Amino acid sequence: MTETAQPKPEVQKDRSMVLQKEMIARHFERLAAAPETKEPVVYTFVPGNLTELVRSFGALPVLPEINALQSGMRGKSRDYIAEAERLGHSEDVCTYVKCDIGMLKSGNIGPTGKRLPKPDLLLLSYTGCYTFMKWFELLREEYDCPTVFLQVPYQGDGTLAPEHRQYIADQLRNEVVPALEQATGKTFDEERLRHYLGLSAAAEDDLVAVLQSAKKKPSPIDAYFGAVYYVGPIFSAFRGTEEGAEYYRTLRAEVEARAAAGLGPITPDGPLDEQKYRLVVEGPPNWTNFREFWRMFSDEKAVAVASTYSKVGGTYDFGFRHDPKDPLGTLADYCGGCYTNLNLPSRVDMLVNYIREYDADGFVINSIKSCNSFSAWQLMILREVEKRTGIPGGFIESDLVDPRYFSPANIKNRLESYLQMIEARRREVSA
Amino acid sequence: MNVASADSGRAAIVDWARSKYEDVDLRGVREWIAEGKGRRAAGHLPVYAPREIIRAAGMLPVGIYGGGDQVEIIRGDAFYQSYICHLPRSVIELAQSGRLDALSAMLFPSTCDVIRNLSGMWQLLYPDLYVRYLDLPQIRDPEAAGSFWKRELETLLRELGEVSGVAGEAEEVRASIRVYNEVRRATRALYEARREEPWRVPTEELYLLIRAGEVVPPEVYIEKVRAYLAAIAGEPARMKDRSRVVVVGAFCEQPPLGLIKTIERSGCYIVDEDFLIGSRLFTRDVPEDGDPLTNLADTLVRHAEKTSVLYEPDPKGKGDLMRRRVEAARADGIIFAAPSFCDPALLDRPMLRNGAEAHDIPCIAFKYSENAGQFQQFREQAGTFADSIKLWGGN
Amino acid sequence: MKCVVGIDLGSTTTKAVILDEEGRILGRGITNSRSNYDLAAKVAREEALITARFALLRHEVEKRAGAEVLRSLLKAFRLSQTLAQLARLEELILGQIPRLVAEPLRAAARTSVGSIFDSIRTEEEAWFKDPDPPARSDFFRDAAGSAYMRLAEEIGDPNGVNFDLLVGLYDRCIIQVENEPLELGFRDHIGSALERIGNPDAVREGVEQAVHVPLDEICTVGTGYGRARLPFPKEQIRSEILCHGLGAHRLFPDTRTVLDIGGQDTKAIQVDDEGIVTSFQMNDRCAAGCGRYLGYIADEMNIGLHELGPLADRSKRRVKINSTCTVFAGAELRERLSLGEKREDIIAGLHRAIILRAMSLLARSGGVQNQFTFTGGVARNSAAVKALRRLVEENYGERTLNISADSIYTGALGASLFAQREAAA
Repeated sequence: MTETAQPKPEVQKDRSMVLQKEMIARHFERLAAAPETKEPVVYTFVPGNLTELVRSFGALPVLPEINALQSGMRGKSRDYIAEAERLGHSEDVCTYVKCDIGMLKSGNIGPTGKRLPKPDLLLLSYTGCYTFMKWFELLREEYDCPTVFLQVPYQGDGTLAPEHRQYIADQLRNEVVPALEQATGKTFDEERLRHYLGLSAAAEDDLVAVLQSAKKKPSPIDAYFGAVYYVGPIFSAFRGTEEGAEYYRTLRAEVEARAAAGLGPITPDGPLDEQKYRLVVEGPPNWTNFREFWRMFSDEKAVAVASTYSKVGGTYDFGFRHDPKDPLGTLADYCGGCYTNLNLPSRVDMLVNYIREYDADGFVINSIKSCNSFSAWQLMILREVEKRTGIPGGFIESDLVDPRYFSPANIKNRLESYLQMIEARRREVSA
Repeated sequence: MNVASADSGRAAIVDWARSKYEDVDLRGVREWIAEGKGRRAAGHLPVYAPREIIRAAGMLPVGIYGGGDQVEIIRGDAFYQSYICHLPRSVIELAQSGRLDALSAMLFPSTCDVIRNLSGMWQLLYPDLYVRYLDLPQIRDPEAAGSFWKRELETLLRELGEVSGVAGEAEEVRASIRVYNEVRRATRALYEARREEPWRVPTEELYLLIRAGEVVPPEVYIEKVRAYLAAIAGEPARMKDRSRVVVVGAFCEQPPLGLIKTIERSGCYIVDEDFLIGSRLFTRDVPEDGDPLTNLADTLVRHAEKTSVLYEPDPKGKGDLMRRRVEAARADGIIFAAPSFCDPALLDRPMLRNGAEAHDIPCIAFKYSENAGQFQQFREQAGTFADSIKLWGGN
Repeated sequence: MKCVVGIDLGSTTTKAVILDEEGRILGRGITNSRSNYDLAAKVAREEALITARFALLRHEVEKRAGAEVLRSLLKAFRLSQTLAQLARLEELILGQIPRLVAEPLRAAARTSVGSIFDSIRTEEEAWFKDPDPPARSDFFRDAAGSAYMRLAEEIGDPNGVNFDLLVGLYDRCIIQVENEPLELGFRDHIGSALERIGNPDAVREGVEQAVHVPLDEICTVGTGYGRARLPFPKEQIRSEILCHGLGAHRLFPDTRTVLDIGGQDTKAIQVDDEGIVTSFQMNDRCAAGCGRYLGYIADEMNIGLHELGPLADRSKRRVKINSTCTVFAGAELRERLSLGEKREDIIAGLHRAIILRAMSLLARSGGVQNQFTFTGGVARNSAAVKALRRLVEENYGERTLNISADSIYTGALGASLFAQREAAA
């Protein structure tokens, strides 16, 4: 009997995914055309990204971190990093930076295959990461364009002190706005900014609803791997835009529908409706082996119900919303509240909160070699959170975009051991 | 290499400095505290902390530079993965082993993400201790930066005062500035002496003095440095045929003494470096009349040495810096020596090195850790470098 | 009888442990790991079954014929196995000669190879007859390999069938021998062993009993990592960390902390009073301080791995070694020697450095609780154990340190215990 060929399973694509893809494609088209259309281009960072402000000047934001992670996902980062190291960069330093430098030196071709435009302005939002300063000092050598420095004081005592808030707002008014005016040739349009901030707030409401849907059992989302796609638009060029707002409305409706139907998230390997382990995850993901890494979780029926990385470009699930009534002040608040700008006790509080609120079975730390801002204390998080919740933590080590630091065997061993440990304890407890 | 001569003055001073360097238990600080009533000490991590403020609040500033190669790490490694520099491990080791118990406060400047996070770890490990993270002013506008930093200094002064019980007023700050201006003058004199006649001032000795200055009251430091300079002035000393080098990148986690000695023994005179640059960050004295906090803030904002941990607003700044350093020191070449995993030093390096090489300044580069135990490879590199400068102008 | 099996596919060796219905250890097997995982698991299991049968017949034979006879029987059994493998190896090598050796030398090659194998067989017979033979590796590859090399060196003719040629033939064939399923089993070898010792009736009865007991494997659990796939169905795989914890607990029921320093990784494991893991830490990409490091050092110093410990024990002075990076191991060693440091002091310093790294992992995983079990190849190193004892006492106070000669089976033992639980469920 001849075998009939099995039809290839339809790769499920939600409407939100389609929207996102289109949105991103359009954005990169505009970027590619910028040298002709003369649309001004501003390079900036995800933590402390002032998309609404940038866009209120009619400029297009570019986020080198996102370019780097895209390079990682597309398998290009190994060569870019090698190029940067050939040019004198140390093996020890942040691989995002090296990937970006390597990409630049290799023609600066972006994720859609077109060349990325040069920046008209480097907006150095110094928020939660020292390396950002070096990154733009390096890029400045390449691009010979104006740079404006926004210093966001660290929330060392757990809050944004009023004088620090004022300091940020003053810089926005006295440094950043004039720099944007210079770079774009337009004057500051506060009304336009307010309008965008209103759209941001609406999108933030929807995003938070999506993130909090994970409190359900089963969770309709994966709040770590899946969340990378959910926070993409709001952390990059689309917060405060109409298309961004539409994306989040659509996404929320989809997630709520899945939640109502008792369904789990869609993973690259299919839906994960049966969920054995609910996990909170701390730390950025690995990008070079993203799917493989996700699969290690989903194969074990583990779903992420909350993550801290999904707050790296802004923390919205503790009440903060962009407030159109106080444009510069609200931008200051936003910057101060990005995850890596929070002091360590606050980060522990957040993790503990998530474990309790989302009824997690465990928490996993993915420690990234490149990122000291996240990593250089995670062993302490492990102990602190274990102490406060009584729940053991799993500890995995990898990197952002350097594939040399992703050892599937080592990681799988640690993750599986951890999950089996949770399982064994469950049996012990119920016995 | 000049060994501290039989002359008791100089040798005694160097021995004194060495004993301070080796005092990882901070016994000297404890003794100082015991000698007076209500005395307290405040520790600070690299790179820069406003020692004047600490002193004005009635406390002894103590620079914490880790355990170097003198402290075996048992507990410290439990806190850090392998891809993080060595300094925080030894700092935690010192704390966890009780060696830092004499300190009533700990200040963490904005040097890098590791130090920043270390401030948070301290908050969790020692909740009863006063901990403050100091966001150094980075923005370009001196007015805005200055008023920001001034407010930070005010806050720090007030809060340290609550710890020490000494509410420092303007007069205390002014007096403190005066003392530290003298510290700066003494240090400048020391550096100048070395720059002019490096055969008189082995870098090992200079280094031990600067390190000693981190753990003793400023008056003691000033006196010792002056005595040292007087002691070496009359000494017969022979200039040797060595290459003059600037060492760049060792401003936070310190190189072991053996490495410093190795570089000089291999045929170099270190005529400038950024070891402990935080303790001599100002290029000029702080004005002594007028509002002291304003002056202190302004001096940092307007007159700080260039360093990897402060933003360089001038686009040409990084590329030009090495040329200027080399010219000022009349040096022949640069040794880039950075700790492993040090983001500030290693990310800066390509920019600085490219700038140096654009001006045909010979360079070599390597990495170390504070507890490096063997120096063979450094000896070879530095030696070859020194030779190549002499023979081929470094080409 | 019903039994359960645990198999640990390690990076260097594969182990199997068999438990009987009461959870008693019936048999253990160990073999070099191979590229063919199924075969490695199979061979280890067969070895375990063999020792299980010996365990069964031990009592019977000893009762009837005494301990001496039992020992002879075991040696004879091993000899039979070895001779079978030698025969196979020789067959393969002779078969390769037409392919690998130029025509003029073929006859000479056959003669040389034959002569080597005859010599090995003679040595094996001598070993069998020796009432107190020197210790040697259990693995065919190691024992046969070193004998072959030695003899090849002796008879190698630089102008004809030289050493390189002979070794080349060996290298080509040994892997195939290892990766072939064993043709002869317990029954065949025990039969030949019986003959060799004169086939005494008393013994034969005991053997017949043992051979005929059916060993019914009702459950197998496998463990091991770094493999694209393990030759077990998913439900029958357990993480090697959990197996290790449970196994250590079985060996020493009061264990709460386990340290395993293997060839290329180090694990620190905390277990509860049931042997279930509560926390663990592993080394990351940097494998500094693992067993392999000691291997490099031994090579650098031109001594055997087993000689490192005794050498370090002679140290009178502490030399602080700061780096256990294998890349720099050689350089650091040479520099120290050139500075006049004594070998034993340096080696002692190196051992301490390795243990310091282990101490970090232990601290990260939750410290060293009482009792503390140390497993893995490095646990056989007296200097490492000494350094560990000292550092644990200095930092955690008094702890009972457990080291078992059988610690290499810890993972397989844990796996078998999981198999037992599975079977009971």
